Amino acid sequence: MQAVGLTTLRSYRQMGISARLAIGGALLLALVIVVGLISLSLGPVDISVGDVAWIVLSALGFDTPEFGRTEQLVIEQIRLPRIIVVAIAAGFTGLFFLALPLFAFAGAIAAAFLVYGIAVVGGHFSMATLLLAGVAVNAFLGAIVSAIIIFLPDNELLREVLFWLAGGLDARAWEHVRIATPLIVGSTAVLLLMSRDLNLMMLGDDEARSMGVRVGVTRVALLATAALATGAAVAVSGTIAFVGLVIPHVLRLVLGPDNRVLIPMSALGGAVFVMAADTVARMVIEPAEIRVGILTAFVGAPFFIFLLIKNKRQVYSL
Amino acid sequence: MTMNGDSPASVDARAVSFGVEAKTLLDSVDMRAERGQFVGLIGPNGAGKSTLLRTLSGVLRNQEGTVWLEGADLQSMPARDVAAMLALVPQIAPYTQGFTAFELVLMGRYPHLGRFQVEGETDDRIAKAAMRLTETEEFETRTLDTLSGGERQRVFLARALAQQPRILLLDEPTSNLDVLHQLTILGLVRKLVDEGLTAIAAIHDLNLAARYFDRLVLISEGRVLTEGRPEEVLTPETIESAFGVRAAVYRDPVTDALAISLIGPAQGDGVAPPDRAAAGQNGMSSASRR
Ligand SMILES: Nc1ncnc2c1ncn2[C@@H]1O[C@H](COP(=O)(O)OP(=O)(O)OP(=O)(O)O)[C@@H](O)[C@H]1O
Ligand SMILES: [Mg+2]
Repeated sequence: MQAVGLTTLRSYRQMGISARLAIGGALLLALVIVVGLISLSLGPVDISVGDVAWIVLSALGFDTPEFGRTEQLVIEQIRLPRIIVVAIAAGFTGLFFLALPLFAFAGAIAAAFLVYGIAVVGGHFSMATLLLAGVAVNAFLGAIVSAIIIFLPDNELLREVLFWLAGGLDARAWEHVRIATPLIVGSTAVLLLMSRDLNLMMLGDDEARSMGVRVGVTRVALLATAALATGAAVAVSGTIAFVGLVIPHVLRLVLGPDNRVLIPMSALGGAVFVMAADTVARMVIEPAEIRVGILTAFVGAPFFIFLLIKNKRQVYSL
Repeated sequence: MTMNGDSPASVDARAVSFGVEAKTLLDSVDMRAERGQFVGLIGPNGAGKSTLLRTLSGVLRNQEGTVWLEGADLQSMPARDVAAMLALVPQIAPYTQGFTAFELVLMGRYPHLGRFQVEGETDDRIAKAAMRLTETEEFETRTLDTLSGGERQRVFLARALAQQPRILLLDEPTSNLDVLHQLTILGLVRKLVDEGLTAIAAIHDLNLAARYFDRLVLISEGRVLTEGRPEEVLTPETIESAFGVRAAVYRDPVTDALAISLIGPAQGDGVAPPDRAAAGQNGMSSASRR
C-alpha cells in the first residue's frame, strides 16, 4: 500500500510540468468542490448536499430544478461568500500578524520590507537573518497590537479586535469577496510567472545570477507580491495561523520542490484545509463556534513540529 | 566592437580589478580566450581563480576594467543574454532543496525560455543529451542530496551543457572526480572545444593542465604571473616561484604528454614527502603508473 503510493508519487514527479499541473490541479480542485459542498450544506439550517449543488449551479446561471427560497438565501448570501473568502484567502494567511483590516495591507507590505531591509543590510542577503528579523518584527508589532488592545476604549471594539486577530470568517459578505479576489488572484498569477526564477534562487543567489536571474529585482518583486496577497487575505479573514506554513511544506514533501507546481497547488490545498477547518469550527460546539484561526493553529502547529522532527532533512525553508 | 576586422575574442578581460572592502582580490588582470580555445587557470589557493571566473561570468561586478564577451561589454548586457551564451560550473555545487538531477539539468534551459514558456520536448531532449555526455543519466530521478560529490559535480556540468553555451567556465571541474572521470570529463570538454566551444577552467592538477589545455594563465595573489602554452608556463622555475614547490618537467615516455613531478616543498619545514618519491629511484614506474 505504502509502496504503491511511493511509486505513484515517483512517477508523478517524473511527469512534465503540464501533466503535473493538470493532474494535481484536477485532484485538488475536485477536493475543493467536495469539501466546499459539504461545508455549504452544514449549519443551523440543514440543507442537503444535492440541494447545495443545485443552488450553486443556479447561481452560476444553469437551469435547475426548484428549491426552497430560504435555502437559496442562506447559501447565496451567507455561506457562499464566507466559503469563497476562505478559499481564496487560505493559501496566503498566517504570515504577518498586524494591525486592523484597513491597515493590514499597508502594514503587511511595510513589515515585509522592514524585514527584508534588515536581511539585506550590508548588501548581502541572508535567509537566517530574514527569519530572525521576521521573528523580531513580529514580536515588536505584536507588542504594539497588545498595547492597542489594552488601551481600547470600549469592550465592543475589544471583542472585534480579538476576534479578528484570532482569525474569523463569520459574517463575510460578497463585498469581502470583491475586495480580496482580484488582489489575490492577480498576485498568484504574478507569483506563478516568477516561479521558475524562484526555483533557481533556491540554489543560492550566485547560482541564480549565473543562470540569468536578476536576483535583487526578482526578490523584491516576489516579496511585494506575496505581501500584497497576504495583506488582502488577512484583511478579509483575520489571521488564520499556520496555514501558509504547513500547507506548502506538506505539499512540497509530496509533490517535490518545483514552485511552478507548488504555488498553485498550495493555493488549492490551503483552500481545502481552511474550508475543512472552518466547517469543523462551526460544527463542534454548535451554535457557538471556535475561531477558525485557533483551530488551524491547534492542528497546524503540532503537525508542523511533527514534520520537523520526523523529516528534519526534508523540511526545507521557504 | 571588432578589432582589426577579425572576429572578436570570445572572452577578453582588460585590466580587470575586483576588491572587497580594503582587500584587492584581482589586480588589473588581462586575459583572453579565443573562440575554440581551452584556457586553464592555475595558481595557489586563494590566488583569485574562482574570483576571476565569477567576474567573467558576471556573477561578480568588477570595479575596474572591462570584460568583453564576443565584443560586447559584459556589464551592459542583460543577465539573461549573458546566461544564454555563457555557463559557469561553480567550484562547490549547491545541492539543497530536493530537486532531482534531471530537474536541475533542465534548469539549464532557463535563459532560453520566455517567461510564458514551459520546457518542451526539445528542452527535455537537450537535457537528456547533456546527461548522457556526462554519464549522469542513471541519476536522473535521484535527488541531488543523495548523490556523491563527484556525481553531483558531473550533474552540474550537465546543466551547464544544457545551457548550450558558446563559452563554458569551469571552476575545478575535476576536483571530486575519480581518475577515469577526470580523463573522460576533460576529454569531453576538449572535444567540445575542438568543435568550437570556448572553455576556461581553473585546475590544480598540473599534469592534467599540461595535457588538455591550449593555453595556461598562472595567477598568484590576484595578478597574472605568466601565460602561454603549457610548456611555456609550466617550467620548474615558475612552479617553484608560484607554488613554492620543486618540480621536474619532462616528456612522459608513455603518453608523450608534458609531465610534472612534484619533488617537494622548495624550502622550510614543509611535511617531507614519502621516502620512495624523494629517493627518485623508481621514477619510471611512477610515470607509467598513470
Ligand atoms: N568576500 C570576500 N571577502 C574577503 N576575502 C575574500 C572574499 N571572497 C574571496 N576572498 C579571498 O579572495 C582570495 C581569492 O579567492 P578565490 O576563491 O578566487 O581563490 P581561488 O584561486 O579560487 O582559490 P582555490 O584554489 O582555493 O579555489 C582568497 O584569499 C579569498 O579568501
Ligand atoms: Mg577557487
